[in-house]
Parts: sequence; C-alpha cells; structure tokens
Amino acid sequence: MTSELDIFVGNTTLIDEDVYRLWLDGYSVNDAVALRVRSGILEQTGATAGVLQSDTMDHYRTFHMLERLLHAPPKLLHQLIFQIPPSRQALLIERYYTFDEAFVREVLGKKLSKGTKKDLDDISAKTGITLKSCRRQFDNFKRVFKVVEEMRGSLVDNIQQHFLLSDRLARDYAAIVFFANNRFETGKKKLQYLSFGDFAFCAELMIQNWTLGAVGEAPTDPDSQMDDMDVDLDKEFLQDLKELKVLVADKDLLDLHKSLVCAALRGKLGVFSEMETNFKNLSRGLVNVAAKLTHNKDVRDLFVDLVEKFVEPCRSDHWTLNDVRLFLNQYSASVHSLDGFRHQTLWDRYMGTLRGCLLRLYHD
Amino acid sequence: MPGKLKVKIVAGRHLPVMDRASDLTDAFVEVKFGNTTFKTDVYLKSLNPQWNSEWFKFEVDDEDLQDEPLQITVLDHDTYSANDAIGKVYIDIDPLLYSEAATVISGWFPIYDTIHGIRGEINVVVKVDLFNDLNRFRQSSCGVKFFCTTSIPKCYRAVVIHGFVEELVVNEDPEYQWIDRIRTPRASNEARQRLISLMSGELQRKIGLKVLEMRGNAVVGYLQCFDLEGESGLVVRAIGTACTLDKLSSPAAFLPACNSPSKEMKEIPFNEDPNPNPHSSGPSTPLKNQTYSFSPSKSYSRQSSSSDTDLSLTPKTGMGSGSAGKEGGPFKALLRQQTQAALEQRGGSPHRFCRRREFPFLTLTAFPPGLLVHVGGVVSARSVKLLDRIHNPAFVGIMGNTRSYKLLDWNSFNSDEPETRDAWWAEIRQEIKSHAKALGCHAVVGYSESTSICEEVCILSASGTAAVLNPRFLQEGTVEGSLEQRIEENLPVGCGFCHIPYDELNMPFPAHLTYCYNCRKQKVPDVLFTTIDLPTDAVVVGKGCLIQARLCRLKKKAQAEANATAISNLLPFMEYEVHTQLMNKLKLKGMNALFGLRIQITVGENMLMGLASATGVYLAALPTPGGIQIAGKTPNDGSYEQHISHMQKRINDTIAKNKELYEINPPEVSEEIIGSPIPEPRQRSRLLRSQSESSDEVTELDLSHGKKDAFVLEIDDTDAMEDVHSLLTDVPPPSGFYSCNTEIMPGINNWTSEIQMFTSVRVVRLSSLNLTNQALNKNFNGLCENLLKSLYFKLRSMTPCCLCHVNFTVSLPEDELIQVTVTAVAITFDKNQALQTTKAHAEKTLQRASTDNDELLQFPLELCSDSLPAPAFPATKEHLESASSNSGTPAAQRATSVDYSSFADRCSSWIELIKLKAQTIRRGSIKTTVTVEKASPMGDGNFRNRSAPPCASSTVGVVKMTPLSFIPGAKITKYLGIINMFFIRETTSLREEGGVSGFLHAFIAEVFAMVRAHVAALGGNAVVSYIMKQCVFMENPSKNQAQCLINVSGDAVVFVRESDLEAMSTQQSAVNCQTSCPGEVTT
Repeated sequence: MTSELDIFVGNTTLIDEDVYRLWLDGYSVNDAVALRVRSGILEQTGATAGVLQSDTMDHYRTFHMLERLLHAPPKLLHQLIFQIPPSRQALLIERYYTFDEAFVREVLGKKLSKGTKKDLDDISAKTGITLKSCRRQFDNFKRVFKVVEEMRGSLVDNIQQHFLLSDRLARDYAAIVFFANNRFETGKKKLQYLSFGDFAFCAELMIQNWTLGAVGEAPTDPDSQMDDMDVDLDKEFLQDLKELKVLVADKDLLDLHKSLVCAALRGKLGVFSEMETNFKNLSRGLVNVAAKLTHNKDVRDLFVDLVEKFVEPCRSDHWTLNDVRLFLNQYSASVHSLDGFRHQTLWDRYMGTLRGCLLRLYHD
Repeated sequence: MPGKLKVKIVAGRHLPVMDRASDLTDAFVEVKFGNTTFKTDVYLKSLNPQWNSEWFKFEVDDEDLQDEPLQITVLDHDTYSANDAIGKVYIDIDPLLYSEAATVISGWFPIYDTIHGIRGEINVVVKVDLFNDLNRFRQSSCGVKFFCTTSIPKCYRAVVIHGFVEELVVNEDPEYQWIDRIRTPRASNEARQRLISLMSGELQRKIGLKVLEMRGNAVVGYLQCFDLEGESGLVVRAIGTACTLDKLSSPAAFLPACNSPSKEMKEIPFNEDPNPNPHSSGPSTPLKNQTYSFSPSKSYSRQSSSSDTDLSLTPKTGMGSGSAGKEGGPFKALLRQQTQAALEQRGGSPHRFCRRREFPFLTLTAFPPGLLVHVGGVVSARSVKLLDRIHNPAFVGIMGNTRSYKLLDWNSFNSDEPETRDAWWAEIRQEIKSHAKALGCHAVVGYSESTSICEEVCILSASGTAAVLNPRFLQEGTVEGSLEQRIEENLPVGCGFCHIPYDELNMPFPAHLTYCYNCRKQKVPDVLFTTIDLPTDAVVVGKGCLIQARLCRLKKKAQAEANATAISNLLPFMEYEVHTQLMNKLKLKGMNALFGLRIQITVGENMLMGLASATGVYLAALPTPGGIQIAGKTPNDGSYEQHISHMQKRINDTIAKNKELYEINPPEVSEEIIGSPIPEPRQRSRLLRSQSESSDEVTELDLSHGKKDAFVLEIDDTDAMEDVHSLLTDVPPPSGFYSCNTEIMPGINNWTSEIQMFTSVRVVRLSSLNLTNQALNKNFNGLCENLLKSLYFKLRSMTPCCLCHVNFTVSLPEDELIQVTVTAVAITFDKNQALQTTKAHAEKTLQRASTDNDELLQFPLELCSDSLPAPAFPATKEHLESASSNSGTPAAQRATSVDYSSFADRCSSWIELIKLKAQTIRRGSIKTTVTVEKASPMGDGNFRNRSAPPCASSTVGVVKMTPLSFIPGAKITKYLGIINMFFIRETTSLREEGGVSGFLHAFIAEVFAMVRAHVAALGGNAVVSYIMKQCVFMENPSKNQAQCLINVSGDAVVFVRESDLEAMSTQQSAVNCQTSCPGEVTT
C-alpha cells in the first residue's frame, strides 16, 4: 500500500516554525525528517515516522507555494489564497530574508550577477551552508537590489516599504545593496577579520554622508531624480576630495598639521613616539585614499586601502583603540587650525565618516 | 421586469503577465448575465488595472436572477490575435434577493481559471433592485431563505416546521470523458461549471416554490448534491426542511444568553411575520396569519376521519406523542371538529400538499427544545440501480449534437418512462417511511441521501432516525405554550427522547428493555443508534468519542446486471458486519449510544467499501453496557483456552481503560430501585435496512443476530481472530485530544475561541493484485488510523482541543486506488473548566441548552405565566404510555416494509399531531392580535440595526470556516445567504505543479480562498455549516494530467465575539431600553 497523495489544508495555513527553519536551511524532506526525529519529537508526541514524513511534506509544499509570494512580500499581505495571521506573515517574511553571516561575507561587495551565482556551490562547500539556502540568500540580495537600485529616497525606507522587513534587517539589506552597487572589495585575506557588522556599520555611515541623498535637502525639482539616491556615492564629492591632497603635498601644511597633532597629544598617547614617526605615512595614506576615490577601481579597494594604510601600521605598533580614537579626533580637528587650508567642510564630510569607519575597523 | 441587476467593475490586482514582451497585461472585463454582455475599456499595460467602470445594468426576470450566475471574465486584449482569457469569476446573486441577507456584494474576488488556478483578483460591486410586484413572486421563489445549517439558525425562531422538500434536475454532462475530449479542456470545464451553476440555481428556485406553496419562508438543512453519472448525465438533487422562520430581535440587543435570559425574552418579537416574502408589502394582520396556518394539513382531511374511528375504538392508538390520553379524548374530538371546520372554510385544492406530506422527514439534526419527543432508532434503505437502463434516446437526440445548456427537467423528458430518478428516490423514501412506522414513529429526522456511482452501477442510500415529534412546531401558531409546555415540564429532563416510541408488547425486533435509569418510569432500550446530534438536554456521563467501523469486500468485476446483482448480494453482509463492528466498538468504549451515525457504502470496480462514523456516548438514561465475551470453538484445547482467556483479558482491560479515558463512571444503581431486572447483556439491533434492486422486490435485513447472544464473539477461524484484533488496534487519540463527528463533543462545553477547519485528502494505491478481504480491511483500517494520527500530530499545538464534525468520505476512483477525504474542525477548550463541568452533568447540560443560543427555551416558559390554564391533561406517565403504544399497528404491517395500502394508517399519528396543532393555533392567535401592531415597528427598527455590519472594521480579511452551525465564543448576528460553489481544476503539467499532492493542495487552498472571498464580499466574516460535498479526483500520471471537481457549500454569516458584544451592550443599553419597551407591554 503506497501513498499516492497525502495533503492537509487548513483554513488558517499551519506554519511550523521548526520545519520552516529546516526548509529555509535548504534541507531535503528526508533530511528534515531525520533531523526532526533526532530532535525527539516522536517521543514527545507519540507520532510515527510516517506521520512525520507526511507532515514535513505538507509543510514543504506549503512553503513552496508561499515562496512565490515571499518574493514580493506585499503580495503575501494582499493575497487571498493563504489565510495567515499578520504576526505569522511577518515571521515568514523576516525569516525568509534573514541570511547567514558566513554567506553574506562571501558575496558582500560582489556583483550580484549570474557569474557570482555560479560560484555558489564553492561558497556552499566552504561555508557548510546548503546550496539551496545559498541560492535563496543570493536571490534575496539580488531581488532587493533590483527593486531599490533605481529608487529615490532613503534606501532603508525603500527596502522596508517593498519588503516589509524589520528595521534591523532593512538596514542590513541597505548595506548589502550599497556594497554590491559600489562593489567594495571585502574578500581579500587581510579583510577576513572583519565581520559583516563592521562593513554594515561603515556602509551606514557612508550612506548617511557620502551619497547624493546625504546632502540633505530633498531635491526641489522632481525631475532631477538622480539627486536623491542613497545607493551611489556623490560623484562631485569624490571629485572634490582631490583638493585634500594639498594636506600632504604641501610640505609646510603637513608639518604644521603634524606639529598641531603632536602638541595636542603629547603625554596623552601611549604610543606617542610611534605616532610621531609614523604621522606623515598615516596622513599620506588617509589623504591619498580620499584623492584616489575618483577612480572606480580605487573606490572598490577602499577597505583594503584603509586596512593597509592605517589599520595595519597602527596595529603593528600596538596602538590601543583609545590611542586610535584620540589620534583620529585630533587629526581631524587640527585641520581646522590650518590657515592655508580652505576645504574645511569637505574635510569634515570625508573625515567624519572615515573616522567612524576606522574606529570600527580597528580590532583584531 | 421585476429586477435590475447592477454591476460595477472597479479594479484588478496581481494580474498575471500576459504579454511576454512588456511583462504587462492589457486587461479588460466582460460582464455577462443571461444573454447580455457588457465590456469595460481596455486598461493598457498594467498588472493592477483601474477600470472604475460605469454601472452595467441588466434588466431581468427574477426567475433568471435565481437561476443564472453573474459571469465576469477577465481578458487580455490582443490587437492581432484572439483575446486571451485570464480567468473568470462566477457570482451567485441569490443572497441579494432577500432583503434580510446581504444588500450589496462588494469586494475582491480571485480570478479563477480551470487550468491555471487563481490568477489575480478583481474588485466588483453588485447590487439588485427588485420591484415589489407581488404576483411575480409566485413564479420565482425570491425571498425564500436557504440554510445549510441542520438546526434552526441561531438568530431565528422556528414558527412552523413544514417538512420535507426535495427536487432534482437532470442534464447531459458536457464532459463525461474528460481525457478524450477534443475541445480545449478549459472550454469544457467552463461549460460544466456554468451548467452546474445554472442547475443549482434552478433547483434552488424550484425548491423555493415548493416552500412557498407550503407557506414556509425558509429551507433549513438544505443539502444539494451532484451525481456525475457519466454518459447517462448529470443529476443535481437537493433535499431540505421547509420552515417558517421568525427573526429574533436585533443582534446588538443580544447578550450572552446565560447572562440575561430574562432580558432576551422580552426582546423576542411576539409577532410572527406571516408573510414569507420580505419584499411583499401586504399588511401582516394576524387574521391572515391564522388562515395560512391550516394549509399544510389539508390533504389529510379524508384520512383524519378514518383515524377518528380508530381513536374512539382504541384510545391507545391515539396520539403519536403529544398529549393524548383517556382524558384527552373528548377534548380532542372538539379539537378535530374545529380543524375540520377550518379546513372546510378555506377553499383551495385539497391535493395540493399531498406530495409534500408524503414523507414526514426532517433533514435537521438538532431541534428546538421540546420538538423531539422520542427516538426510535436508525432507519436506512439502499438500492442498487443500473444507470444505462434509463438512458433515453430522445434525450440524446435533442441534446447530443447541440452544445446548448438549456436546462432540462428530466421528468419532462421522461414522463412516459417509469424508472426516473425521482421514482428511485420516492421508492427509497417510501421504504424509510415504512421502517420508521415499524418503529412506532411517525417521522424521520436527521435524514440524508447519498449515492455512490461506479461505471453504470449506482447505489442510492438514504438514512435517518425514526422519531416521534412534538406537534407544536409542525403547525403554525406560536403561543400554544400552555398546552405542551405543561407536559414538557413534567417530562423528566434529558431522558425523554430515549424512551421507546414503539409498543413494548409488539416490538418490531427483539429488544431488551429496562426502565429508564434516569426517571425510572418509562422503558428504554439498552442501546440507541441515531443519525442526529446529541440533544442539548440529554444527560450524558463522561465524554464521547468518534467510533468508526471500516470494511472492505472484494467483488468480482462484472458488467451491468451481473454487477448490480453481485453488489446487491454483498450489501446485506456489509451492513451486518458494519453494524457488528459498531456495536463491538461501542461496547469496547463502555458506551451505550451512537449519535450522528453515517454509514457510507462505496462501490468500486472490484470492491465495496463500508465506512461508518458516529459519536459514541454514555447516556445516563440507558443501562450500562455489558462487556464482550470471547468464546473459542474448541473448548478442550488447553493452550487455545489460554489464548482465549488472554484475549478476554485484553478486551476487559481495554474497556476499563476506555472508561477511565472517557470518564465514564455512572452512578451505581441497585436493582431494587429500578424495579426490573437489569438486562442481560444482549445485542439488539436498532437498524432496519433493506436493499433492493427494484421496488417490487424488497427484503429486510434482520441485524439482531437471531437468537444468538451477540456479545459473545466466537473465534472459530482466522477471520474472527482478525476481527478481534482489529477491535484492539484502534488507538485512542493522544492526550489532550478528543474527536467526534457531531456538532459538539458530549461532555465538553467550555469552548474557547480558537478554531481551525481543515480538509485532508489521502489516496493510496493497493499494492498487490490478489488481495484478500482481510488484507484489504487491514489496509483500509491502517489508512484511516494513520490519517487520524496525522491530524492529531498536525494540530498538536492546539491542545487541549477537540476535533468536531469529523467527516470521512471514501471513494474508489480507480481499480487499486482508495481515496479518503476528511473535513473537520479543531476547537480548543479550557481543560480546567472541563473537569468541573463533568461533575455536574444535569445542571450543566441544562445551562448549555440555554447558552446554546436557544432562546426558544425560555420563550414558552415565559408565556406560561399568562397563557390559558392547561386543561386537565394527562400526567406524564399516561401520556408516555400512549405515546409508546401509538405503534399499535397490526403486526403484518411491520413485517413487510412496503405496503402501500396501509399508508393511511401509518400516517395516522402524524395527522393527529397536525390536528392537535390546529387547535393550539387558534388559541394562540388571539394573543398575537394584541402584540402584532405594537411589535412590528420594533422589528423594523431592529432590522435596520442589523443591516449595518457590526464588525466590518475589526476583523477585516479574516473569514472563519467551520462545519459546525456555531462559532465558539461568538454570536451569529446575521445570515447572509447560502454559499454553494462548484469548481473544476485541471492540469496538463502535473509534475511541474508538484505532482498530485501539489496539484490538489493548491486547488483546495484556492477553493477555500474563493469561498472566503465570496463571504467577505457579502459582508460576512464566517462560513458555518461548511461542507465539502464532493471532491472527485482523477489522475493520469502517464499523460502528466489530473483533474479535480470540488463542490462546497455553507452559510455565510456575520458573527460578533461575545467579548465585543459585552462591550457593545453597555453602549447599546439605552437603545435597548427603547426597543424592548413594546415587547414588555405584550408579555
């Protein structure tokens, strides 16, 4: 006697959170059943393996049918086929869009293209996340990216509106979209110590300060739609950053800057002498990063550069985080006292964000 | 031109992409009603078009309004090629035809395509303007309300229960060979959907006409079924109970009955609207009311005189149940005269209602308090028919070549053909009636009919519960409480219905009677089987449980008559075994009564399946059931003896365990108190059945096992061993779960508000080709048990909960396939309270009667205070004796089941009841004269209150569905109309849609969605009495195809949470005060 057909349909769609998790994790029905058996559910409920198999199949079928709707979450809210309480709908969406830290680190900053998708089996092998789950996560990134890419207004708001995600998750997706759009390199070996959270933090600062949308005033002319974009860096701003080069190119300015910083930090810094000797290198590094940002390639290497030019030298001299903070504060602030320097606002816009990023990036 | 239908197409959303190039759709809509079609503009390049059309107006006859569905087709405009259909929406506008239901249909409807399923949604507004042309209403039956609910709907009061109505229409099936069809599957499916929609509309209208003829205004317990007879056609048939219903007062004024029963009583309008049609504006004078009241009894004017003489000779044969007795004699004579006089006064055709009264059947399963007096037992009849025999060439000649779907009444075509389906059913009903008569009952309640078709063989089945009814509700008149109420008050609470209605000395079958364990005055049987719900006032010990008997029988493949004969020969054995299994399982549970019994016999190519489901309970009034004894055939074999005793021990243990599980601990009763010997445990059958191939050859099956003591199971071969084993393999539900197939679980009455309705379908393929009966039985048993286990597992998060109204349907779609479909509802309950309630059954059950929204109970009680003093009427015992002896018909009548000559005699008790009614009406109507005028404005006021949806905003979107007639923790405030939908879904890409499971899962989800959308559009938030009447699934995996037909129905309602009601009641108290004032004057 074999079962040809076996279904259960409730007026209110039954959602089993545990099975949903197994499904999201990409387990096959048989693997899911095995995992459920191991969880001791049979003993708790007195069910048989057959019952469990049938139940799991049912849930998988339901999730499969729901998946189409989950691709456009507002549809899930308005559809009539599945009657699901709002709290459950929210849970379904949130869980569906939740991603694995290990996975996101692999694809962060990569172009969300077919090519990357082909590499997913490598990522799957490397991270131990099932290929199915990798695909879902990748497709989620790509879908969100496609939808909000060309949109005006706040990136986070757009994502929240179109995907009904929680604030936290929407911010993460904003970072992913931002990184993917600007193709920041995050995969280099020297960047391995950084977590997704570190990058997301930086992304948020950059979105707030360095993009077109960051300029603040909403565009008065509605036709100039490229004006209010959160995804793209402010090209004009990047162009202007060249002007900062004077800080290291002009020998007097550089010396004056160094003396101002040293004077302020003397006795306060545990690594004062190292700072003093390295000042010019560090300053050159930071300013050159800024000056190079006109080229797309250099934009991509922003984080590599920051780590190479600043984080690594400091780390090799055993700066503490507090040392870095004091230095960066003073380093940014002292520029205001440089009389010959005219780009104070530009400097603040650049350094304010960079300081935040560097502090976040500076850890083991 | 009696009606104007207005339709507005507002918008669409989530449309599918129809143009690959642009990934968009150029959608427009066709609105069709009858032969008129309107179109909207094309809304270019959008998946969310905003048509915002003008009002499309159709001017149509109300007859068409009832028959035709509104058909909305969404299409994609294509400049160069034919427009592509996206999908359709059929809207049944019937709910708009009576003003008490919905006033507008407005909302998002899923756009459905039979090949692709749901493809987006469309927002539609539909209104109907009916002109108040009174004469017209006799042609159509607009205004007759239909309810699927098999009890009096919660916000109505039954004024009169007129009785049985039935009708069937036949047509050619546009597609009986679906796979071999040449035209596109879509066209064929749509033709079929539309045809069935039309046929249901027509059927409903015809039934409505019959109801109007009977002076009723509603059909309760309406059950419509389709018989897909393949080549010989498509039959749509329906049965129901015609009633005159009276609306109870405004929902806002309702408080939970237990809180303020007295208040509620005052709010009940004492007038009844004698005019069944809300659109007619004739003045509702009480005089008119009185005239109406006599009409149904017309046909018996002749017969009643004959029973007159009967009565005078032997008073014992007198009244069926109501209030007979020696003292009653002279009074009744007077009464009869008055009836006679009244009958003569009114003209009209005396034959008009003959047919109507032919079958005193009610499709109700729950009754207003006091209606059900005694229950005799289950009566059922089956008949095997050959479909090709009635194949009518004339029919094909006319219909065969043209694809016109004009409806044809089978009878009009086959007027010279004696064997029509009408005749088949009439024959079966006649049989049922005679069985009931043999049980001393004049009525059959909980009546239902079903068919099982395989190729050209069809089994027709009908079953019900023989009963004696209180005449109070069977005739018009509201205020006769004084007469019957006295008697009811004297009746012992909760056991009256168990008392035997038949003559103790002339029992129709060997039975063991004892004095009732509750009142000790009347005789009761030792076991009671019924098809109805447990009466609310019944005294029950412990909890109930679902009991199923399952059986398979192999049958040789045969053709035509040989096949029919083979089936006919098998049927008695199946019935017998099913019955034995039920009885044994009941004993094993330590219970003594079955409610909601439904026996389904399904015929397949090479086997017959029997599945009986019922809810077992322990009725306090009935004796404690005896145990089960096992006896071996070879008593001298030592090891064998040991084995037997081991089995015996297991059985005894199981009984003890079950008693504990279901909390069955009846109070000990000593023999002296009862005054009669405690009966020997002995089986007695309450089932009378027969099966026949044709009407002239009717046999009756005696299921009482002759003289043998049936509690003794003899293990004489392996079969018997299997039987015993299968008894013991039924696993009880896990802790926290209960299950029953009745409306409510006996012994649980503290439901909390969480409900989950579900449908589960399983199809299994039997593995081996040379199956034995035992292997089959084992497989089938396993299938059902596993299905139940799966349900318990799936719903484990709801515990403690009860699966109510568990409805199993078995079909045999192909040679080795068994399909089982289950629909049920899981309801949570409060466990702590449950424990308390079981300790005080009597009080609680009483309380439940009142909390169960049965305002009726209080109503007559209140009336007693100022109604006429009751005449010196019989004491309880006398009354009951007369009742139980009313079956004092000659023994010959009981022996043969069909004897037309004795028809009049059989009806005598029924007639008596009706006549009695006539008297009570007359007195009652005097009272109503005072109240009508004052109360009617109040009724209007209440109505206006009701028409505003009370909770439109709070529960937007969520539509509850339940097979029950109520929603726990909530009050139904309005019935919006019947939902009766038929869908076909077909696929030619079965694998791509997830195989058969994926296909059917999606389809059932879609059906639910479409039901919910229609209810929401009517302004409702729930479907009650939901039933999936048909789920026909066919697959052809090798061709990657599958097709499924689903037919569902239910009542769309508006409900308000009781907690919300309480909040509302404080606000409304001022309003209530005003509205209830006139009511108070009248009391």
